[in-house]
Amino acid sequence: MSAAHGAGADTHREAGYEPVFVDGTRRELERLFTQYPTKQACLLPALWMVQEARGWIAEPAIHEVAEVLGLTPAYVKGVVTFYTMYHTHPVGRHFIQVCTTSPCNICGAEAVVEALLRETGCGELGATSPDGRFTVIEVECLGACGFATPILVGDDFIESVTPEKVPAILQRYA
Amino acid sequence: MADELVNVTIDGVPVAVPKGTAIIEAAKQAGVLVPHYCYHPSLPAPAVCRMCLVEVEKSPKLMPACVTTVTEGQVVHVNSDPAKKAREGVLEFLLINHPLDCPICDQSGECELQDYVFQEGRAGTRYSEFAKRYNPVEDFGPDILYVPNRCILCTRCVRFMEDVADTPVLNVSERGDRAFIGIDQSQRLDHPWSGNVVDLCPVGSLLSKDFLHKARAWDLDKTASVCPGCTQGCNITIDTRDDVVVRLRPRPNLEVNRHFMCDYGRMNYRWLNRGDRVEAPLIREGGRHVATDWDSALARLDQAVRGATGSAVILASGRASVESLGLVRRLVERPRVTAAIQVPLGDEAPLAGVPNLALRRERVPNLAGAELLGYGTAWEAAMREVLSAGLVVVLDADLSPADEAALAAAPGVVVVLGTVATDGLRNAQLVLPVTTMAEENGTYVNRDRRIQRYHQARSQPGMARPAWWIAGEVLAGPGPSPDAPATAEEAFALVGAAWPVFAGLSYADLGFTGRVLADGRPAVVGAAR
Amino acid sequence: MGYPHPSHPKETVVLSRYFGDPEARTYAGWVKRGGYGALRKALGMSREALVEEVKASGLRGRGGAGFPTGLKWSFMPKEVVKPHYLVCNADESEPGTFKDREIMRWTPHQLIEGCAIAAYAIGATHCYIYIRGEFTEPWQVMRAAVDEALANGALGDDVFGSGKAIQVVLHRGAGAYICGEETAMMNSIEGKRGNPRIKPPFPAVAGVFGMPTTINNVETLAAVPHIITRGAEWYKSLCLGNPKSTGTKLVSVCGHVQRPGNYEVTMGTPMRDILYDMCGGPPPGRTFKAVIPGGSSVPIMTREEAEEALFDYEGVVAKGSMLGSAGMIVMDDSTDMVYQIWRLARFYAHESCAQCTQCREGTAWTTKILERILAGNGKQADFQLLLDLAENMTGKTICVLSDSCAAPVVSGIQKFRSEFEAYIAGAREPALAAV
Repeated sequence: MSAAHGAGADTHREAGYEPVFVDGTRRELERLFTQYPTKQACLLPALWMVQEARGWIAEPAIHEVAEVLGLTPAYVKGVVTFYTMYHTHPVGRHFIQVCTTSPCNICGAEAVVEALLRETGCGELGATSPDGRFTVIEVECLGACGFATPILVGDDFIESVTPEKVPAILQRYA
Repeated sequence: MADELVNVTIDGVPVAVPKGTAIIEAAKQAGVLVPHYCYHPSLPAPAVCRMCLVEVEKSPKLMPACVTTVTEGQVVHVNSDPAKKAREGVLEFLLINHPLDCPICDQSGECELQDYVFQEGRAGTRYSEFAKRYNPVEDFGPDILYVPNRCILCTRCVRFMEDVADTPVLNVSERGDRAFIGIDQSQRLDHPWSGNVVDLCPVGSLLSKDFLHKARAWDLDKTASVCPGCTQGCNITIDTRDDVVVRLRPRPNLEVNRHFMCDYGRMNYRWLNRGDRVEAPLIREGGRHVATDWDSALARLDQAVRGATGSAVILASGRASVESLGLVRRLVERPRVTAAIQVPLGDEAPLAGVPNLALRRERVPNLAGAELLGYGTAWEAAMREVLSAGLVVVLDADLSPADEAALAAAPGVVVVLGTVATDGLRNAQLVLPVTTMAEENGTYVNRDRRIQRYHQARSQPGMARPAWWIAGEVLAGPGPSPDAPATAEEAFALVGAAWPVFAGLSYADLGFTGRVLADGRPAVVGAAR
Repeated sequence: MGYPHPSHPKETVVLSRYFGDPEARTYAGWVKRGGYGALRKALGMSREALVEEVKASGLRGRGGAGFPTGLKWSFMPKEVVKPHYLVCNADESEPGTFKDREIMRWTPHQLIEGCAIAAYAIGATHCYIYIRGEFTEPWQVMRAAVDEALANGALGDDVFGSGKAIQVVLHRGAGAYICGEETAMMNSIEGKRGNPRIKPPFPAVAGVFGMPTTINNVETLAAVPHIITRGAEWYKSLCLGNPKSTGTKLVSVCGHVQRPGNYEVTMGTPMRDILYDMCGGPPPGRTFKAVIPGGSSVPIMTREEAEEALFDYEGVVAKGSMLGSAGMIVMDDSTDMVYQIWRLARFYAHESCAQCTQCREGTAWTTKILERILAGNGKQADFQLLLDLAENMTGKTICVLSDSCAAPVVSGIQKFRSEFEAYIAGAREPALAAV
């Protein structure tokens, strides 16, 4: 893979964009470089670092990641859009993922979705609630089928959710 | 060096191919085309389109012919029922979202989806009650549009930019049936070789803005030629419609340009359509140019050449053919001759993934040929010679106002063999209309000393003739003569008689891919294929 | 054990012994439970001896393919010329399967020990554990456990003073089922889209970063320390059915059973024992209707077929399905089969990587047809259409995702045709709004 063709050093320094890979984050990335034979292999970890820092992966961040890893922005975009856990637009403070694939579906997952949409005030899938707290989406199998219905609220993996438990769960998230 | 050969049978035809050959290539030797989209001989093969699945005896599954290598004794069926059914399936899947755009799509008539669907697709769709996926047209770069709805995701364009151009500015975005080809607007598709993605696209998804809605493929006449843009000598096809050049496309030559040409060469064809041509031979009479017939003009030329004493200067265009440069050089033969060709320069632009392929700095097609014929590149020096020469022949050179002024002030006889009429040459004794390289047959020698033929793609305007014909007629003497070359090949033979490096080669030897010249004898290697 | 339920007498508890035991997560706790003895023993054996031992045990890939593990290890070059890599497939995304998550969050050191032994056996100094992005808890637990293992010399440049180096790198996935396919996983580790690769070349020849690579599932690797400690003969003796299926299998039972959870059974255990004895049968007042035994990518079994099958690789095949990942999805008579088959098709359409024409377009088209049927606009011709599409999607692609989409569709039409007929005839209320 050649270095970014034609991408100048300042392509991501759009007005008001604060780079992610500085100080401690930069050091963490440098440490990651030692764990893989290529910088390109650090792409998924680097994207996670951006999302952890900023909540989502904006266009200037894509350019920054590309520059830092010696890739083109188009290449990074192709990877970002392949993996569904990376957000390419802002989402609520607490991003809720609900599994509705068949094993959970036959155990009432769709009712859990309805309860969440109602209780959060989001109203529809993918929308952010008016108070900015939540976004709810349906996802595919979360690998906890025996503990239906599992949900992820941010990084919190919560098992055995039922519509009745939803209000209490949501209250834990400011 | 003979590779170990493997024997296989493809649709009943036995062939022996080198070990490691993919079935799809072996099939070509058996005269069998395996339908395919994503495979391309100049790109790494990903086997994603699944169109090339063939039946291989003793294999439980159909095998992709583009990545399956031959094994000894293999029996392959390309057109058996299972293989055809699989292809019919692929075509059906491709057509569910592909719009019925043929009536408005540029690719129509040269579309591989159309071709295979007509050949072996289903007669009707079973997808009628669902909407097709829709995305708006995107502007990818200075010349390239992307129509996502038509894209079959063969990824040839992505692989070309990544692996051949070494500039991964195209990606596949999203997943599943939502996928499309994407770019980042900060790095548009302006690579000097990016136009090739339009050729590579099997359907009308990647389009050239230059060619958009210009002509229907079936209205085009296609002629094998050589790009006149630089010394690389990429093989091209000139597409004309009603005698107007509308498009240049690369023609495969594995030794020169593989399957590619650069954007500079590709876009540089409008000059071939210029209308402001010298229409008839012009002789200077009574202080102005008067049109005349060829017999009179040739007689006057003969007079002028014979009558001019002192040195001679030839100011030639680098686009002139071996035949024309050679015979004009012979025409002016005398003790002191300064022959120069014009070589405009530009930036080099290599295609990283192909060895020895670049848009070259010297933006003329026949520099090597000219040098073999005794022409130099010291243009300024030649222009100074004009001020003291007895005879100046201008062979279609692009003259600056300063050059024209010098010629106007030249003491000797000035003869212009030219394409475009310009005011600044009104002092020339003779202005004789010549053909451009699109209007004649001829040969160029590229920077690797490969001599390649180009063919006439449009008719000669007005009374224009090839420069070799004009010189040849005069050299053969007044009146009809068997020594006057009637064809470019005959002219070429005359050039070979005077310059041994070109001797002993026939046009048939040059074929469509040329021959490399070596040491005064034509080389046998670099075989015309 | 049937976490979160206590062990059932018909289980054979090996890997799952410490599920639910928080102390087992720690290095000290694991050593107290006999951990890392196998690694010490293995470091004193030759690579060839280890490979032979695992071959002799009959261990087969527990991720779903069932390929003999020892044989896979033996494909690696005997001499280490280029760096070798071990990749642990912890991308568990097959619907119905939730065993690897338990192994990682309760017994991370069991997995680390297995990875270390396997890495040594195949000549690798680097092991990447690819954990799916949604497994936030296993990620945290594994991170802490790797750090502990490093601190205690079980990993590092000089493992237990043996002079051998074994490094474990945790690599986080980001939401793509297809990355569980071994060649797609390698692309994902390399920082690319998770597209499966064509084979050949095979991973043992040119895998991750073009280097010789072995990819094994979490459960497969977790079994390795036990095989080394107790011997191949012991593992081989755990066999109630076909002699080619040995050892124990974690069966993830979910859906309409009284006690869903993971159950560890000897290969060849009757499926009826799992469904009725261990899981307590269907909810009160209901009967089983369908069982998908191997994660959703295998043919659907009827209740009768499931009740007659022995649960090993060959036994399930004999009853028309496959053992796969042993993610057993159980559906009772309240289940709308057409709806669930549609939901599965939708899953595959969402996860298709987009490379192969048949998968990219076929999974989406299949989903749309099923949607149309569920919306009350189905036609008789849809049966043949769905079966035609399924045939075109089977055996024709780089990986088997499209085959996996076809399996429930074909078996669903075969065995539950009347439910489709009901929608088509308008005898059943539409389950979806018309689009």
